Formats: sequence, C-alpha cells, structure tokens
Amino acid sequence: MSTENKQFTVSIYTENNIGLLNRISAIFQRRHMNIESLNTSPSEIEGVSRFTLVVNITESQMKKVIGQIEKQVEVIKAYYHTEGEIIYQESCIFKMKSDLLFDERQIQNIIKESNARIVTVNKQFFVIEKSGRKEEIDLLYRELNVFGIMQFTRSGRVAVTKDEMKISTMLEAFQH
Amino acid sequence: METKTIKNESKNTKTTERIPGSEAVVRCLLEEGVEVLYGYPGGAIMPVYDELYKYQDKIHHVLSRHEQGAAHAAQGYARISGKVGVAIATSGPGATNLITGIADAQIDSTPLVCITGQVGSHLLGSDAFQETDIVGISTPVTKWNHQITKASEIPEVFAKAFYIAKSGRPGPVLIDITKDAQFEEFDFKYQKCKGVRSYTPVPKTDETSLKAAAELINNAKKPLIVWGQGVILGKAEAEFKAVIEKAGIPSAWTILGASAIPTSHPLNVGMVGMHGNYGPNVLTNECDVLIAIGMRFDDRVTGNLATYAKQAKIVHFEIDPAEIDKNVKTDVAVLGDAKASLKDLLPLLNANSHTDWHQKFKDLYKIEYDKVIKNDLHPTKEGLTMGEVLKEINSQTKGEAAIVSDVGQHQMIACRYAEFNKTKSNITSGGLGTMGFALPAAIGAKMAAPDREVVMIAGDGGYQMNIQELGTIFQQKVPVKIVVLNNEFLGMVRQWQQLFFDKRYASTEMVNPDFVAIAKGYHIDAKKVSERKDLKEAVKEMIDCEGPYFLEVRVEKEDNVFPMIPTGASVSDIRLE
Repeated sequence: MSTENKQFTVSIYTENNIGLLNRISAIFQRRHMNIESLNTSPSEIEGVSRFTLVVNITESQMKKVIGQIEKQVEVIKAYYHTEGEIIYQESCIFKMKSDLLFDERQIQNIIKESNARIVTVNKQFFVIEKSGRKEEIDLLYRELNVFGIMQFTRSGRVAVTKDEMKISTMLEAFQH
Repeated sequence: METKTIKNESKNTKTTERIPGSEAVVRCLLEEGVEVLYGYPGGAIMPVYDELYKYQDKIHHVLSRHEQGAAHAAQGYARISGKVGVAIATSGPGATNLITGIADAQIDSTPLVCITGQVGSHLLGSDAFQETDIVGISTPVTKWNHQITKASEIPEVFAKAFYIAKSGRPGPVLIDITKDAQFEEFDFKYQKCKGVRSYTPVPKTDETSLKAAAELINNAKKPLIVWGQGVILGKAEAEFKAVIEKAGIPSAWTILGASAIPTSHPLNVGMVGMHGNYGPNVLTNECDVLIAIGMRFDDRVTGNLATYAKQAKIVHFEIDPAEIDKNVKTDVAVLGDAKASLKDLLPLLNANSHTDWHQKFKDLYKIEYDKVIKNDLHPTKEGLTMGEVLKEINSQTKGEAAIVSDVGQHQMIACRYAEFNKTKSNITSGGLGTMGFALPAAIGAKMAAPDREVVMIAGDGGYQMNIQELGTIFQQKVPVKIVVLNNEFLGMVRQWQQLFFDKRYASTEMVNPDFVAIAKGYHIDAKKVSERKDLKEAVKEMIDCEGPYFLEVRVEKEDNVFPMIPTGASVSDIRLE
C-alpha cells in the first residue's frame, strides 16, 4: 500500500448526539493528523447526521482511522473516498470594496467567467459567492486578490459518492 | 437522547412511579443487578448518596480513600467476576480522579460504569465551583459517555450504559448527571437495553474466513497460537482448550490472556512479549502460521514490527474489526466472538500433535531455565529474589489464588512465575501500566470473589501510589493478602537506567517509610521478612490469616528481569542476560 499522503474525503453517518464531533476529531488529533475541512449536516435520512471531512494521510492510515471511527458507538457507518469517486463542492464568500466594481471593470468579467454571483451590493462593499471545486475557488481567490479582498471565507467540502451507500438498508435491518 | 435503542419489554417493565432522579439512579443500578459500587461523595453527587443511604440494605457502597482507588476497585471487581464494575464520584476533582482508572479500563477492555455528579445545568459552562467538563475529558478514554440534564433521561441512559459497557469488546462508560436532574421528579420506568442502532457489538463471523483459517492451521507444520484476554472476556476457555488440544498447537499468552488455561497445561508454552518466555518469543519468528486469538499485537508483545513473524501466515480471531491489520497485516481475519468462532472452528480442524515442533519449545525452555529461571526460583546468592517469593506463594496457595499485581519488575515476575489453575486469576494493568492499580483492584477482586484467595503483589513504588486504600481494607474488613516486594528502587526504571542510561539512577532510589508500622496503623496484621529462612513461615502466616495481612519482603536491590526484548528489537533478539 502506498506510503504517500493522499487526499481523502471521509463521509460519516452518525446518530445526532452532543459530543460526537469531539469523539471523531479526537481520533485524528491523537494520531497527529490535521483535518483540512469539516462539515456536519443532516443526511438524506431523518435523524441521521452526516460528517464530511477532508484529510491528507496515507491510505493505510486512512483505513485504520476509519476502523476507529466506526468503532464509536454512535457512528452508523464511515467511508473514505478519493476525488474520482465523489462529486463534491465547496463554497466561498468574498467581501470587496464597491468602488472596485466601477474602477476595475475586469472584475465583472472575472465574476461572469468563474460562474460566481454577486449576492449583495451597497455603497461600501459588495459580496461575491462561488461554489465549485477547490481549484476553481483557488483560481478566483488569486484573481480577486490582486484588487484587495476585505474578507474571505470558505466552507468545508460537501460531497456525494458516485456509488450507492446503502445506509437506509443498514438501518432497516435494525428491528425496533 | 436521539439514539435509537431496542428496549426489552420483559417482566422488568412495571407501571411508572414518580421518584426523584437521584433515587432513579439507585433503582437503575438495582435493575442491572449491581450489588456493590465504589466511590466517594461530594457536593454534586449528594442527592444520589442520600438514596444510597436509604437503599443500603440492597446495595453496598464502598467508600474508597481516593476516587482513583474507587475506579481501580471497580476494575478488580469486573476483572475477576466478568460483571460490570461501578464507580461513583462527585464533579470536578472527584470526576478527574477517576480518569486514570477509566483510561486503564479502556485499554484493557474492562466493563465499567462510572457515575459522576455535575453542577446544576444552569451553571454549566460558568466555571462554577467544582465544575469540570468531564464528558469532554473522558471522551478519548471511554467506550461511550453521556451527560444527563433531565431526570427523565436516566433510565434509558443507564440501560444503554450497562449494555454498551458489557457487550462486544467491553469497556468503560461514563454518565455525568447534573445536580438538578438528581433532584427533579419524574415517572420512573426501567427497561433493559437490548441493542443500539448504530452499534454492532459482535460482527458476523464469515464462514469462508473460518474455513480459510482452518485450512491454514491444518496445513501448518509449525503453528503457534498467541492468545489474549479475548478468550477470557468471551468466556471461551473451554472452546479454546478443545481447539488447541485437538490441533496440538503450542500456545502462548499475552499478559492479559494469562490463566485462561492452567499454567501447567502441556500445550501452554508461556508468555510472549518484552519479558515473556524465550521459546515463544524466538519461535514467533520461526512458526509458519501464527494464530492470534483475542489479542491486539501490542508493541510490548511484538517488539519491532518490521521483523515480527514475517515468515508466517497470520490468522487473527478478533471481535473488534478496528484491530484487524492495525499493527500486523493478517492473511485471514476471523471476526466475531471467540467462543462462537472457536466452537465452529473445532470440527474443521485435523487432529495433530506437532511433536518435533513442541520439542523446540522444550529445548528453548531448557536454555531459559538454566540461564534465568533457575536463578530466579532457586537462588544461591544471599539476597531474596522476587521469583522465590512467587514460588512460595504458588506452593502455599496451590495455584488457586488470584494474583493482583501492580506495574514494574514484580509484575513481570508475577506474570512469569505465578501458577494459575483457574481463569480470571491474573489481574494486572496491562495496557496502561498504571502504578497504584493493584491495592485497590485487589479490594474489588476479593469483594467480587470472597471465596477465592486474593494475593496482591506490588513494588515499594506502586504500593505507595494508592497506599491510602489500606483505609478501605480496614473499614470494609476485606481479607486481601498484601505482598510488597521492596527493593528500595523503582526497579523497572532502574533496570532500564542500568542497561540503557549508563547506570545514571535518576530519581529511582526510594527512601521508604516503615511499611509494617503503616499497615499496623490500619490494624492490619503485618510482618517484614529479609532472610530466606523466614520466607516460608511468613507466607504461611499470611495465607492462614483470616483477615487482611501485610507482608513486606526485602528483596535484592538491583536484580533485573530477564529475558528482555529491548525496545525496538526483534522478538527473536530477546536477551537472556
């Protein structure tokens, strides 16, 4: 198995419990692994949460960590995927000076070409939102950074897999 | 609580009763069959203690002298009985003092339910008096934990806690209860938990893997079994014995696996690991199939992984999927409960005796006997050895005693030389290596198994880490036998300093108090032995004593424990001197 670090997207289906985030992040912390991005949200199943996180580690480390995550009582199932196995998006927001819209006309082209959109404009500032893959957001950042960005923030990755996950079947097997 | 659980609609189901949360806590414990719990009162847990007072004829609370002692006592209780141990403490320092015991239970898979009081829910996060985030603190060292802020949660959380602690691979759980939830009245009704939706305690055994395992074992010329505590936790001793006897496989144990089969069993070839026996360590790197049963390839067992059993096919019987391929890559993994897997394995195995292969273990034992064991058990030098004390205890208890050892040189000697006839007889802190474990653990062990002889063995260092529990022994009149092997050193650290740090004995020399006087201060009969001629009589006096007894044995100051696999070395590079 490769000993090189790779980027993995981890999807974890869990019960919706206080403290579970702590339990999961502790698994990475204990092994000195950095979580690059993290998102938690409801999943397609009522009452079941989904964590999506991104890490750069070796595949052998990844497999062991998945084992440790699944061992947690309130984790239903955990998966890891490489980029080719998922469809993912990240989202970001830029806040910029409104004057730029008029003084630097190419900004409008940048916005159009990058499929970003203007969320709001007022006299002082305007806000651009962009969803896409990591490289697209990195590119937009570089292009806008030339003009000065007042604020920038970016969301954790959200992803769905190309293959089926069969969580519902798994949960149906649990007889009440 | 959001988690979906299966409740048992049995005769336990009664109509509801309106009671306060504090009483519900005690009622939950009674519903789970708890007869004894270990703890220490304090502000945030006082309502529960008030109920323990009212219910004292039904449930026995043992006041420890420190919460760490309570946690270890609960561990000792669980380890000897196979039942869930219960410890209880107040918030803040009471709760944090439990942590070492909880961490020990986590790494040694011991079923514990720990209950902590917490400040009122309106004070959470306000840095209130004796407030600490014990759920946050205990998260990495618990199998599960939960904070209760409403009395109505108590029955479901307790049912779930006991279920999780004892099912699958056991472990500690912690329940934190705010003080207002203890006072709040609600309609109590208890239903035992029979399942948790997101939790599979025992993975399904795959028949194909079982067959593949049997095939590897049947074709092996030089098979070696290494078993761990999984055999004991899974109550699989009989199935295990049947398997090794049919297949004629030499079988070695990890520290926590000790006593699953008798020490004298002809197929028992001794202990693996850092201070284990010469034969099984060396032959780990010669066997053709290594069959691991309910063990986790701890680094103290494997030495350098890069040179560990590389020539062998690895078969791993294991209940916890996260252990598969964690440290050692397996060729065949058989998931599931040891009892069921071994029972199904038995008919697939061919009868065998592996006589020539056994001879190798015997030959290596002879070498170890001449170089190490003879001098440990039959010393000719003047100073007493730890080994001869163990030999005397073996002989006078006829191998029927449970040995509760602490951590260090004496622990390795105890594990190497104690003779066990009964399972669940080797109670020691294996994974965490917690000094101070033995004295309180022996209290719990003796209370859970009053008919058994329980002999605690500690060094002069570890003994003083929880020496205050002599107070518990005195108050509860627990007839444990306390043996301190005093070499006036933190012996294991000193050994390493001698071997790897050019004898620079940094902070390992102990200036000790009069241990006999201390024991007598607690009205415990006590004696000190410094000469060989007095040892037999002193051990006899200890065993014959009906109450607790303290025996200090002054042993050689700078003896070392051998064999030894130095850190980072291969198991086959084990040193005999």
